[in-house]
Amino acid sequence: MTIEHPNEVVTKAIVRLVAVPGLDRQAALITLDNGFDYKKPNSFGPAGLASLDAAITEATAAEPAFIAITGKPYIFCVGADITGIPFLTSREQALELGELGHRVFVRLKNSTIPTFAFINGAALGGGLEVALHCHYRTVSTGATALGLPEVAIGLVPGWGGSQLLPNLIGAPGAAQVILQNPLTQKVLRPKQARELGVADEIFEAADFLESSLLWAAGVVGGKTTVERPEVDKDMWDGVLFFAKQQLDEKLHGAVPSANKALELLALAKEATFEDGTAAETEALADLIMGDESRASLYAFDLVQRRAKRPVGVPDKALARKVTKVGIIGAGLMASQLALLFARRLQVPVVLTDLDQARVDKGVGYVLGQIDKLASRGRLDEGTAAKLRGLVSGSVDKSVFADADFVIEAVFENLDLKKQIWAELEKIVSPEAILATNTSSLSVTEMAADLEHPERVVGFHFFNPVAVLPLLEIIKGERTDDATVATAFAVGKELKKSSVLVKDAPAFVVNRVLTRFTSEVFKAVDAGTPLDVVDTAFDPLGLPMRPIALLQLVGPAVAHHVGETLHAAFPDRFADSPTLKKIVDAGLPLLVDDEINPEVVKLATGGSAPLTTDEVRGKALEALAEEIRLMLDEGVVAEAQDIDLCMVLGAGWPMHLGGVTPYLDRSGISEKVTGKRFLPKGVGSLPA
Amino acid sequence: MPREVREVVFVDGVRTPFGKAGGMYAETRADDLVIRCIRELMRRNPQLPPERVDEVAIAATTQIGDQGLTIGRTAALLAGLPKTVPGYAIDRMCAGAMTAVTNVAGGIAMGAYDIAIAGGVEHMGRHPMGEGVDPNPRILAEKLVDPSALVMGATAENLHDRLPDITKERVDRYGLNSQLKTAKAYADGKLQGDLVPVALRDAEQGWGLATVDEAPRETSLEKLATLKTPFRPHGRVTAGNAAGLNDGATAALLADEATARELGLPVAMRMVSFGYVGVEPEIMGYGPIPSTEKALKKAGLTIDDIGLFELNEAFAVQVLAFLDHYGIAEDDPRVNPWGGAIAIGHPLASSGVRLMTQLARHFAEHPEVRYGLTAMCIGIGMGGTVIWENPNWKGADK
Repeated sequence: MTIEHPNEVVTKAIVRLVAVPGLDRQAALITLDNGFDYKKPNSFGPAGLASLDAAITEATAAEPAFIAITGKPYIFCVGADITGIPFLTSREQALELGELGHRVFVRLKNSTIPTFAFINGAALGGGLEVALHCHYRTVSTGATALGLPEVAIGLVPGWGGSQLLPNLIGAPGAAQVILQNPLTQKVLRPKQARELGVADEIFEAADFLESSLLWAAGVVGGKTTVERPEVDKDMWDGVLFFAKQQLDEKLHGAVPSANKALELLALAKEATFEDGTAAETEALADLIMGDESRASLYAFDLVQRRAKRPVGVPDKALARKVTKVGIIGAGLMASQLALLFARRLQVPVVLTDLDQARVDKGVGYVLGQIDKLASRGRLDEGTAAKLRGLVSGSVDKSVFADADFVIEAVFENLDLKKQIWAELEKIVSPEAILATNTSSLSVTEMAADLEHPERVVGFHFFNPVAVLPLLEIIKGERTDDATVATAFAVGKELKKSSVLVKDAPAFVVNRVLTRFTSEVFKAVDAGTPLDVVDTAFDPLGLPMRPIALLQLVGPAVAHHVGETLHAAFPDRFADSPTLKKIVDAGLPLLVDDEINPEVVKLATGGSAPLTTDEVRGKALEALAEEIRLMLDEGVVAEAQDIDLCMVLGAGWPMHLGGVTPYLDRSGISEKVTGKRFLPKGVGSLPA
Repeated sequence: MPREVREVVFVDGVRTPFGKAGGMYAETRADDLVIRCIRELMRRNPQLPPERVDEVAIAATTQIGDQGLTIGRTAALLAGLPKTVPGYAIDRMCAGAMTAVTNVAGGIAMGAYDIAIAGGVEHMGRHPMGEGVDPNPRILAEKLVDPSALVMGATAENLHDRLPDITKERVDRYGLNSQLKTAKAYADGKLQGDLVPVALRDAEQGWGLATVDEAPRETSLEKLATLKTPFRPHGRVTAGNAAGLNDGATAALLADEATARELGLPVAMRMVSFGYVGVEPEIMGYGPIPSTEKALKKAGLTIDDIGLFELNEAFAVQVLAFLDHYGIAEDDPRVNPWGGAIAIGHPLASSGVRLMTQLARHFAEHPEVRYGLTAMCIGIGMGGTVIWENPNWKGADK
């Protein structure tokens, strides 16, 4: 073996011979267990595969009535140990990884002794693939995550999944599991897996293994017959054609893993298993040796690890308890915040506004949302009743007197916010945290005239606040550690991924996106047609085109943030006359998903139109310049934080690694700033 | 208000295979054992709508940790019974499950319940005898009972002192016979039907499945004679003539007879009477004799009416005391036909239902027998007896 994974947490495959009522011979039960609890799930690295190989040999030698594989409590196996991929430096090694899995797993498929997978817990990627090789499968109602998510991390199901699944459940189901679910961050629930035919039986978690063993005994004893609907091959090509159309429309061919997965699914219709899996191995090796998969794995790691352990945050022991939250303002944003704080912190939340009508409207909105969640079954009636009792409103700010955390969500005006803080300081305790949901104003300036400026912190959410997971926490110049620690503790309770950001204009996501938009409108001002700039970024596979993004953010908000940044950095952030015209016109930017012709008419003039390639090149170069400046200014600790913000706050794709791995691999960082953001091997292939 | 007493029937009973403390269930929770039994009862009786269960009474002697938290209620919830089904925990040491049965039987008879689940669990590996006990100092200071009364093995030695006819040789022979009868019952497939397979896991060996009792062993009189007498130097009580320390759980379905027939539930036994009696705690093993007297008297029966006996074998001496008292031969085929706790094991609070489940199986095989009894001795000096009628009995001619 030439592939190595020096840090592999080895998932051992342990064989135990068990007597099962109804069988005259013992069954061989293989348990996958890495020796840790469910927080460190089972996975397959080279040593784990070797252990499974040996277990299959041992089990077979015992001539059991059947061989079954199951996992440790709550976890079956979550697939290949992707932390080993950075150690793969050559295509030969990548091929070997694919072949190794195939060689071991196929023994379960070719076994003359009946083989079963008892999917007791999460089964993802290679974990589900090992189960697919078995002759039969049962799934537990407690197995909460099932799927083949490889495409989302730049790979394909490379251990038989792309060939076995479509031939088990048909092309439509396979396309859902292999393409649609990963690209929309979904997994299968056990019931769905049973309905799709991924599993032959579903048993309750309370005695899943007992039920599975007895069922398997029935199957091998001939008492139970397993019936599977025949796979419809006539619709195969049509389904894949349709899937490809949908993918191209959304991703514009920018995600190589999705394309490869489609090709493998097409191949699975007629190819022999040997040919199909050989193609899988090649595809997997191509992808492993491509920058897109490395960037995806890098981004995956940011979201999974770095987001949970933010960098540069003071000791959480310094955090103060938050037992009541105040919200200044009762508008839509404030009401959304009230709902979020009440749901997650489950402490009293009080909103204030200038008049009773506004307050009533805000509280009414929150109560309405609670009812809606309860009626959809997203909240149980007890929790809904509790939340209704927690939310209240007032026109008198004295209700904040015993609040430990007050957040303002009023109009973006520095003087107004300063005035509110000054008023509030007379009411709240000196330790109460004052948080601002500003998207671009200076937290330091906002706190400047306060007696206790050390308790002011920026708390920048992304719209819609209930959905987007990012929270930028902004430390003003005088903000103290206890305040920052409390802000992060609250962020964690809100189930947000928080990133520590220096008090700099527009913080992270808005600054990057505004620089991007600014370049786009520079091109428009120069005479580039709107549809040209709008399609210029298709090859990147961004979640939406620039005009759709502008529509989502709102042209007025974008213009406001643009003005702030223009004021701060006039040479880099242009004040686009065309954007101003669009804002003033107040027209919808898109009509039936097409750019509004009325808006197109506003974007005329200019004498130096650019091509799509030029627009894209200039915008990306501007991004490289801006991000380098942000890092030099210390806006965040590292490039990784920028990427994390772009993935979680702006939905930038994994295959770009957020943004800096793409800027590095396309050579733009070096061209513009003279150096890479990340060393080779981080978010990219090793040197 | 006037009302009729309703007939209480034993519908079905199951148990986990019994393990040796520290053995196959070392990493299995006690509540999971009883949950398995409840689920198996419901699985075997699909005609019973789960919401019709009116009570879940589960016994455990040491109600700590995974045997605590009102285990009847929590086990019912975890077994997937509807939240509307109530439950409670109960303790009368070795007769815990027996008391659970007689308690719910009282409720059924007076019309408070139609259907109930009664059972018990004891994981003596996780909860050794005496865990967390805090005897009142008055017991010693006022010499209320002899300190040996709290050590069950010592009470068995005390019983030997009082009944010198029960010799070491007799108890060893009884112990051996218990093993032989159980081995034969297993070979004949008699015990397997009561058992609920239990998934087991340990870090070294992975998952497994418990399908048979762990305690039964091959032995001989010669080997038994060499065993230590841990409760008294040169004593008589050994691991060979007493039940071991075991892990296991049982559960049974009890019903009002009319309800059982309405739902199409099987009627395996009909309860005739029961009796509990206190005796001197120092010789608690004597308890089943007066408790049987009491139950017989209430039933208007004599010992001669009883055609089958399931006696708990906490100690051979205590069984022999019972048999000698009633003039029954120690190898009488009516007594513990498939062996007893000396071979199978005695997870304290669970054992009562095992006796009943086995008696129900005997009833099915013996329509010529009309009455049977289950009896057991109980710590701190008590005995308990339940007399049952065989619904398969077809008239007077034997």
